[in-house]
Amino acid sequence: MTRPAMVTIDGNEAAARVAFLANEVIAIYPITPASPMGELADQWASMGHKNLWGAVPRIVEMQSEGGAAGAIHGSLQSGALTTTFTASQGLLLMIPNMYKIAGELSPAVFHVAARSLAAQALSIFGDHSDVMAARGTGFAFLASNSVQEVTDLALIAQAATLEARLPMVHFFDGFRTSHEIAKIEPLDESVVRAMIDDTRVDEHRRRALSPEHPVLRGSSQNPDVYFQARETVNPYYQAMPGIVQAAMDRFAGLTGRQYRLFDYVGAPDAERVLVLMGSGAEAAHETVEHMTAQGEKVGVLKVRLYRPFAPDALVEALPESVRRIAVLDRCKEPGSDGEPLYKDVISALAQDYAGAGKFELLPRVVGGRFGLSSKEFTPGMVKAVFDELDSEFPKHPFTIGIHDDVTHTSLKWEPGYRTGAAEKMRSAVFYGLGSDGTVSANKNSIKIIGENTDLYAQGYFVYDSKKAGAVTVSHLRFGPELIRSSYLIGDDDAQFVACHQEIFLERYDLLDKAAPGGVFLLNSTAAPEQVWDTLPKRMQQQLIDKRLSFYTIDAYDVAERAGMGRRINTIMQACYFAISEVLPSEQAIDAIKAAARKTYAKAGPRMIEANIKAIDTALEHLHRVDVPAAASSTFDRAPPVPDEAPEFVRQVTGVMIAGRGDSIPVSLMPADGTFPLGTAAWEKRNLALEIPVWEADLCTQCGKCVFVCPHSVIRSKVFDAKAAEGAPPSFKHVPVRSKDYDPGLHISYQTAPEDCTGCGLCVDVCPIRDKQNPSRKAVNMAPQVPLRAPERDNWEFFLQLPEYDHRKLKQTTIPGAMLREPMFEFSSACVGCGETPYLRLASQLFGDRMMVANATGCSSIYGGNLPTTPWAKNAEGRGPAWSNSLFEDNAEFGLGMRVAVDQLAESAREQLRALRASVGADLADAILTADQSDEAGIHEQRGRVAELLAKLESADTSEARTLAAVAEYLIRRSVWIVGGDGWGYDIGFGGLDHVLASGQNVNILLLDTEVYSNTGGQTSKATPRGAVAKFSAGGKPGRKKDLARIAMDYEHVYVAQVAFGAKDTQTLRAFLEAEAYDGPSLIIAYSPCIAHGVDLSHNLRQQDLAVRSGHWPLLRYDPRRAAEGKNPLHLDSAKPSIPFRDYAQTETRFSVLWRTHPEAAERLQQLSQRDVMARYHHYEELAALPGTEPAAPAVATTRKGGDAKP
Amino acid sequence: MTDLRTKYLGLDLKNPLVPSASPLSRSLDTARQLEDAGAAAIVMYSLFEEELRQEEESATRFLIHQEIGFGEADSFLPFHEHAYARGLEQYLEQVAALKRSLEIPVIASLNGVTLSGWVEHGKELQQAGADALELNVYYIAADLHEPGSVIEARYLELLRELRRHVSVPITMKLSPQFSALSNFVMRLEEAGADGVALFNRFYQPDIDLQHMRVTPRLHLSTSADALVAMRWIAILHGRVQLSLAATGGVHSAEDALKMVLAGADVTHLCSALLQHGPQRLAEILKDMEVWLENSGYDSLESVKGMVSQLQTADPVAFERANYMAVLDSFSAGTGVRV
Repeated sequence: MTRPAMVTIDGNEAAARVAFLANEVIAIYPITPASPMGELADQWASMGHKNLWGAVPRIVEMQSEGGAAGAIHGSLQSGALTTTFTASQGLLLMIPNMYKIAGELSPAVFHVAARSLAAQALSIFGDHSDVMAARGTGFAFLASNSVQEVTDLALIAQAATLEARLPMVHFFDGFRTSHEIAKIEPLDESVVRAMIDDTRVDEHRRRALSPEHPVLRGSSQNPDVYFQARETVNPYYQAMPGIVQAAMDRFAGLTGRQYRLFDYVGAPDAERVLVLMGSGAEAAHETVEHMTAQGEKVGVLKVRLYRPFAPDALVEALPESVRRIAVLDRCKEPGSDGEPLYKDVISALAQDYAGAGKFELLPRVVGGRFGLSSKEFTPGMVKAVFDELDSEFPKHPFTIGIHDDVTHTSLKWEPGYRTGAAEKMRSAVFYGLGSDGTVSANKNSIKIIGENTDLYAQGYFVYDSKKAGAVTVSHLRFGPELIRSSYLIGDDDAQFVACHQEIFLERYDLLDKAAPGGVFLLNSTAAPEQVWDTLPKRMQQQLIDKRLSFYTIDAYDVAERAGMGRRINTIMQACYFAISEVLPSEQAIDAIKAAARKTYAKAGPRMIEANIKAIDTALEHLHRVDVPAAASSTFDRAPPVPDEAPEFVRQVTGVMIAGRGDSIPVSLMPADGTFPLGTAAWEKRNLALEIPVWEADLCTQCGKCVFVCPHSVIRSKVFDAKAAEGAPPSFKHVPVRSKDYDPGLHISYQTAPEDCTGCGLCVDVCPIRDKQNPSRKAVNMAPQVPLRAPERDNWEFFLQLPEYDHRKLKQTTIPGAMLREPMFEFSSACVGCGETPYLRLASQLFGDRMMVANATGCSSIYGGNLPTTPWAKNAEGRGPAWSNSLFEDNAEFGLGMRVAVDQLAESAREQLRALRASVGADLADAILTADQSDEAGIHEQRGRVAELLAKLESADTSEARTLAAVAEYLIRRSVWIVGGDGWGYDIGFGGLDHVLASGQNVNILLLDTEVYSNTGGQTSKATPRGAVAKFSAGGKPGRKKDLARIAMDYEHVYVAQVAFGAKDTQTLRAFLEAEAYDGPSLIIAYSPCIAHGVDLSHNLRQQDLAVRSGHWPLLRYDPRRAAEGKNPLHLDSAKPSIPFRDYAQTETRFSVLWRTHPEAAERLQQLSQRDVMARYHHYEELAALPGTEPAAPAVATTRKGGDAKP
Repeated sequence: MTDLRTKYLGLDLKNPLVPSASPLSRSLDTARQLEDAGAAAIVMYSLFEEELRQEEESATRFLIHQEIGFGEADSFLPFHEHAYARGLEQYLEQVAALKRSLEIPVIASLNGVTLSGWVEHGKELQQAGADALELNVYYIAADLHEPGSVIEARYLELLRELRRHVSVPITMKLSPQFSALSNFVMRLEEAGADGVALFNRFYQPDIDLQHMRVTPRLHLSTSADALVAMRWIAILHGRVQLSLAATGGVHSAEDALKMVLAGADVTHLCSALLQHGPQRLAEILKDMEVWLENSGYDSLESVKGMVSQLQTADPVAFERANYMAVLDSFSAGTGVRV
């Protein structure tokens, strides 16, 4: 047995390596946290890597997981070894086909990074909700608990499925295992070869459908035989556990690593035993070892093969001495009297007790839930469960890891409880900004330590749900023994704590995790002798109390001098190695340099030189700071939200913002997933180094800066000059220039200094330059810190100024529309995001009457990922009502909103007609015939409805109460269906198409980034030809789907293609027209994205290039024009005026292909040039057709409500 | 048969027509067509320092450092072992490919302004087979605080640095914007230059009135552009020993012949070939031959420098007096109010 060199990889890679070697067809679709498996497979295929049989596996991306499952089914039926990777809702979408695949006894392995299901909320994190929901499909289920096990059991699953003919779900915990980096022993290809029996592969091929020996499979069966046929498979399920165990045994012979269907660890005479599966079993294993060493009679049973469930093997694996068992499920089945694994264990024991009877007394079994959505599961919690088992009547069902003060299910645990494992390890915690390279440097450090020492290594990274200014916390462990600590580094545990950004001093309790006697390293611009004074008082006290050594470096200065710009990662890494001495310092420095050389080898010698220089000079600038005997700081960390915030925001939102959400009890959480709006405004993130400053004297008040702002931080407001009396001294305001406003009105453009992300788009778009000093525009960036306090006052003053009556605004113009208050502000989208300005615009124009159905994706994450939401209310309490259903069903979700609103409006009208006399005929008639086509009309209707409600209240009859409940539906509502291209072009296209066809009055805003942005840039059918994206690493060969043309084909759909950075007035007009159109409207909005490989400070330029090159023609198709006998199509952009290449070469997604596949790049580029010209000519011809007789009005499949609109 | 042979950078060339750095050398096909049309050597398209640097930076920014710290995506573009900067590698491959498929000398072209290590690539160009190197310091002296002496020193420093790395001949492509060009060319010769190419045409930016912004614009040269090079070649011919190449505005046999008469060893061709294709070179060559024959000259060498400043009957015409004469020669059309 030769042992291959250890590697440090994560769980996803561990699974993908085996899957790639042992399969021929891989059908994929992106979903967190499984996407990296598909990405790796696609990447390896594009590089020509081969499988066991010398072929490059065929990777096929589908339009949804449902589609992937269908493709897998077909591929399996045609004889290819086939696999996929998925999680969560993705697995749910596969369930229908999984029944078929299992029903037809097709061997296959699905690798699942197990993840929570969307219920009261979506969650991307790990638990077993998804696999448990699929447990009835007939698939076998095999659980891996660690990265090493992922690689091992992936292979065992592959071997067993071929032999047993039962398909398998091989699963491991999302994030905790899929994203943990660990030093493991990889599988040599010879081991994979030895495990896969080619005679079984041949049998699979012989069973395939073939016209050479045709059969029919997939018949319909009647009551006479279906049942019997369903029972035919029993022998296969009976044989499966034995086959899996045999594969495990064979594997042990090849690698020395022995697995069992149920692996028991602990005292042979244990009385208390935990039963569980997944990564939590490793924490339990570690705790059990610690407790047994102290003489406790405890044990843990790790369930590996969950289906087919092998009760005999389970009973067999338990020690005879067991008296108490706690079964832990990492899922919740509401309404059940116990979770699935618990029930399986109970029935196994009961059956055994009723039969052969291993146990004299049936052990008492309780069930508990743990670890939902990656909730921590620590040794303290394991101990608490064992302790509970010791009590006379252990709680059932219980929860562990939360504080349930509603139904009191939770067990208390001791957070400070530690196993002996902690003492043998070195632990380090690093706080970094997402974009500063801290995580990649730490991954690199793990590799260095893994490769240069005998130490085991583990890295786990806590990421952010925010994109702009994301914070990462890296948890690194190194130790001489296998690391089973499948939980975060706890308080007082880290011998090394590093803070890579001084702004975190204001935001986090960085030293809570520091172990006594440990080290704190701070990257700070403060001089070593001044850095102490920059620390909050609590932190100073912790440095003293925990006797920490304190080091500081100005890494930005070192980086700048070395020619690295603002990249500090290798500098901080060098400091870590120098201080921590995990490796001899010199050896470590050499290793970092070698890693830098490797990383930058192909990027160029200058990058290598800069890194080497930075590493060399880092240590010269590293200073040890003497820790004084007493804390001297006069300040402490400010509360996460101010005291004047509403109670919920203080008690819940603020606690989450501070990173202490784990402490929130059940009672404080809304039971139905409902949260207040406007919470993003309470979280002041101070991300910007520089913020825009308005030059009132130069400004022509065009409003463009407000229009382009992705974070709604620069705003304009018109107000009576008198209202500005008492303004803070630096508050700027000048008379309105436009003649549309009464004299005496002033205008102000004001920045929210603490919410700005510093993207600079406002300055970029500003068309005004100082004639004396052309570099000075009407808005310019200036350092934030000196402006923070005065501008905060100005911002607060600005906010309390009354909104200008928007009935008087000319909202068809940019300056007029930009005076309206946004109800979408301070989102967590990327700096310079190309999507959010469209949402802000919609919220300005229609926010007070909007309902938003939001497809899952970037917009649902920056729109609705806790702790905060950017969706907000106006002073009257009105605002967009927002919800996210799923990824695939968003159009239907929005349609449901529309039909319900219309139905209830109609109902209200009926009832109003009936009560006409009692509420007053004039009022009733005015409401029933109201013209709500403009702002004034809606405003008046609101007044009438308020009057109606007052009358109904005083009437106090049952009819009045019934009408009162639906009266608000008499006010016009604007239903918006929002989503990205992954939704609209792919997974949700069927629904989108149906909703377009329905004729219903919905507004669909498709934010087209041309890739699945949220999951990391996978190809969608919106991805342009020749672009490199994940899942098309060799460049997308086919052209982008022309959704606008498809939608226009219906003839009753309002269609607009817009790009605000190219022509803002066209965007504004399209939004107004779309919303006013009484039928389906589709706005396809070009949205530059970080995934394009261009910095978003060029957002506007890229939109302009896209339009000028013809890649993104601007158009509006308005069926109302057709009704007037005119041509409905209007082209808003001119003939392509620059070569497609000139646009493509500015974006890495295109240009990288010239480096990786130059010939394909050239060919695809020429095809793209042909595409843009052909499309332009086609549109030009369509737009030039003479108008026709008015077409028949759109036929709605459901009757529309009778809003009186033009 | 007229003997059109000339010597340039120590290389024996069959005639003085050398296509200058242009996209035509990006394709082996067009390069072969140029050779077939009679090109005596070929200057490759430039390896741009900025292009290399930008490639490195964008590869670093968008391929190596993609993470933003967001839980669902630690990258946005797929990794590929060749996804990084390949400009240099591709250039070297093209040098080797041109050498393999052409008989004529191949002159590689380096274009950049700093000492940050890129001139070291000259060594790799030489190893890839380049017969000579053209060093094009495309520098706009826009800094108010940078005197001409510093700019000249930069050229010399870059040249010396390149000389340290290569043994093949080096020619410097210069802009017309030197205050003391003759002196400067002499110092370049002293620093190891084997030739100078006069002059680089800076592509002039233009202003887009609609969007009020600066846009790059490519104007191809015309014959009128050749005159400034002609003057300086005429002045330098015979005074310095290094080779002289005329570049910019050579569109016809007349243009080329004038350059040779002024003293050029070779004349570069670019715009004419871009406009009319490689075949234009054969036409110019033919016309030159005819002119020489009709004028009774049996070799190019015999007319080279015949109208240079040293040899012409009217040396002052190449200096300031010419200025007055040209101004006087201009008068407005009769219908123009002046």
